Amino acid sequence: MNLTKALLATSALVITSGSAFAESMTLVSWGGAYQASQTKAYSDPYTAANPDITIIWDESSAEAVAKLRAMNEAGNITWDLVDVEGADSIRLCDEGLAMEIDHDSMLAAAPDGTSASDDFGDSIVSDCFIPQIVFSTTVGYRLDMVGDTPPTSICALFDTDTYPGKRALNKRPLANVEWALLCDGVPKDEIYDVLATSEGQDRALAKLDTIKDDVIWWSAAAETPQLLADGEIVMGSTYNGRLFAAIAEQNQPIGMLWDAQMLDFDGWIVPAGLPEDRLARVMDFLNFATDTQRLADQAAYISYGPARASSAPLVGNHADLGIPMAPHMPTDPANATNVFVTQYEFWADYRDDIDAKFQAWLAN
Amino acid sequence: MSETTQSGPMLSADGVPLKTSLARALRRQKIRALLLISPLLAFVVITFIIPIASMLFRSVENQIVSNTLPQTVAMIADVSADEATTDEMLFRVLYLDMYRAVEAKAHTRLGSRLNYEKSGISSLFRTSGRKLEDMGEDFEDFFKDADSGMVKGPFWHELMQGDGGEDLLDERLGLLTDLTSLEASDDLGFTLSGEAAALLPWASRAYADWALFTAVVDEDDVSKKKPWAGVYAALALDLADPATQSAVAAYGGSGAAELQAAVANIADMPATGFRAYFEDIDDKWVSGETWALLKVFGSQYTSGYFLNAVDMKLTPDGIEQRPDNERLYLKLFNRTLIMSMVITVSCILLGYPVAWLLANLPMRSANVLMILVLLPFWTSLLVRTSAWKVLLQQQGVINDILVWLGFVADDSRLIMMNNSTGTIIAMTHILLPFMILPLYSVMKTIPPTYLRAAKSLGATNWTAFWRVYFPQSVPGIGAGSILVFILAIGYYITPEIVGGTDGVFISNRIAYHISSSLNWGLAAALGTILLAVVMLLYWLYDRIVGIDNVKLGG
Repeated sequence: MNLTKALLATSALVITSGSAFAESMTLVSWGGAYQASQTKAYSDPYTAANPDITIIWDESSAEAVAKLRAMNEAGNITWDLVDVEGADSIRLCDEGLAMEIDHDSMLAAAPDGTSASDDFGDSIVSDCFIPQIVFSTTVGYRLDMVGDTPPTSICALFDTDTYPGKRALNKRPLANVEWALLCDGVPKDEIYDVLATSEGQDRALAKLDTIKDDVIWWSAAAETPQLLADGEIVMGSTYNGRLFAAIAEQNQPIGMLWDAQMLDFDGWIVPAGLPEDRLARVMDFLNFATDTQRLADQAAYISYGPARASSAPLVGNHADLGIPMAPHMPTDPANATNVFVTQYEFWADYRDDIDAKFQAWLAN
Repeated sequence: MSETTQSGPMLSADGVPLKTSLARALRRQKIRALLLISPLLAFVVITFIIPIASMLFRSVENQIVSNTLPQTVAMIADVSADEATTDEMLFRVLYLDMYRAVEAKAHTRLGSRLNYEKSGISSLFRTSGRKLEDMGEDFEDFFKDADSGMVKGPFWHELMQGDGGEDLLDERLGLLTDLTSLEASDDLGFTLSGEAAALLPWASRAYADWALFTAVVDEDDVSKKKPWAGVYAALALDLADPATQSAVAAYGGSGAAELQAAVANIADMPATGFRAYFEDIDDKWVSGETWALLKVFGSQYTSGYFLNAVDMKLTPDGIEQRPDNERLYLKLFNRTLIMSMVITVSCILLGYPVAWLLANLPMRSANVLMILVLLPFWTSLLVRTSAWKVLLQQQGVINDILVWLGFVADDSRLIMMNNSTGTIIAMTHILLPFMILPLYSVMKTIPPTYLRAAKSLGATNWTAFWRVYFPQSVPGIGAGSILVFILAIGYYITPEIVGGTDGVFISNRIAYHISSSLNWGLAAALGTILLAVVMLLYWLYDRIVGIDNVKLGG
């Protein structure tokens, strides 16, 4: 009797959860404050308007590329929409793991009628990529450890005489090698030509070698704000949103440098091979979540710039602090006097090679 | 009775030879045992052995090159890389291979694969893929001007549909199924005309590729659709040949009028230099290096990943050592082994006294101690590692205390993490329970009377311990060491967080290649080597210590 009851209950559960699954959508993101901003700006309003759809968040973006490949090989794709960096979107597109997007027909146009592809502009770094935000890798420093002359140039990283102490840098070559060459006297517009040669790569590593003993290498961007807060380092690179959170939300004695910030894009990709009903649901969500207003809304929760040009004027105040967010965007004209825009094609080609050299250099 | 036993084999009661009967009984027993374990066996095979084996297989598997560019790879096998750069025929074959790959979106995957061997190949394939159609479109325009019927589906279908071209169609189908791993149905809704295949060899191949792709991949009706632009380039190639021009003049089958109209305007047709066209896309296509790479990595199986994993590389001139500034993996293997041994030894040194206490204290205090040993064991690995960060960093708890006590000056705080020291400290702590628990369970079985007996016979404390107690606890050390060592060798989270640069292990690189660079072949090769090393050490251990001397408990 009890067994029958239990069986009935279980099967009822299976049936209801099965039907719930049919109306649910799995979104993959990075967790933390960034995912919270997406929830508030995109998915909460969407589910409010579409109460029959449940959105499930999966914090797997850091391993998204590998997991998508594994899912694809297993022929069972459980994700509907995945948040990845621009560089990963190229890799996923090349591997045939992400669906190609026709931005104009699939996404909403700007309010003034500008087509989506024009509105997103250069942020569409691959055929599969639906941009959301512009973020940058930049440098933060301890206000109380730099004396009366806070750094104004990225080359302060390499100036251990003026700014003694440890620095935190990414354990990957991206941004580090560009900054090294820039501070070694290579003109900015020649950096990628130099970096494409073996000698240029050696030159960048030689410059980094001058501060190698002073560097703590991070593999998670959260490490730098923590190291800064602990007074463990004098300066370090991380994403601008992390620095904003440490400065504005946690009132840490930290200053930030916008010089030579490395602009990068983050956005959605749709896994290749979704069944039609799920794809239709995802495209409906995407159309909503990447429109001009939604991208501008996200900036109220995190200091990353909206990828649409038409969203920039709509950026308002911080949701809790009430301070205007526009001056904290990497794309704000005052911050963007000297920027690098990540050269995706270059990095897609040279990432493996430069990374191998970089890691060998690190290990020596 | 006695006679039968003497003359023949011993029989059982039912007259069957005893040996057979016994074997049958034993076999039945064996089958029953096998059936009993079969669920577990199936589980282990399906969820453990097969995935691992298939992952390890990737370290040599390299079919992507010959599946994506099959005929190109077959052609360059016989020519040198330099000859290949000027071989017009090769570029024609490449065009057809690439076109099919681009349509199947497989060319960029090949580009990423070859980019692991040489930087720049990834964008070469990506941009070439985008431009490949342009050439065909130039010719399509020409044919449209010659006769607008030629750029419509029915013209092509009538021209190419027929009998006699089965061999060619089968060959092209094989290429497509290798590329897409899709199964074709028996009825494609299309057959290739042998006459057209003889008259227009290139166009019929290109058309067959398109028709098969349309039928198998898109599952569309071939007769209604207009072919790829690449088919026009192939047709131009045929018509540029004077022999074909005269054959077309004599041709009377379907589509003859259109073809003859095109031949009549042949002077207006754009040039059909495929090599020049590829050179135009990117001069890497006419560089010997690119072709040498395709030659070296064109085989179905490659030793390239394994060579990479031991800091060598496969080049057209044979196997070479990598330059000094690119050598990494041997150093990491070495470091992983040495540091794992150091960690194992520190675990023995720290764990032995604790296990001894656990085994010899009264029950009540031993239980408290046991909880202290197990508590960290139940805490998340990340939490424990991060806690070590707080303790070990330069502004951390330990340094603060040392500075406060005056042992260390404030400006020369000890560097205890982001190097190998940090890794060893944190991993020793994390792996300690794996040493203490087997030691404890072995020590628990050593009767304390032995020590008392030794002492009553006049042994000093040390002699009693060293000659009587310690030898009996060796199996526990063995078990603990194997556990700790094998766990340590595969660790990567802790080294990643506290290891800095000289405290990272080979597993960190494996994780990078699995999750970030997607170079699973190299990751598999590194993993295979690591597995082989562990097995070798295990074998050595068995030879020296004997695996029978390992005990996990009573």
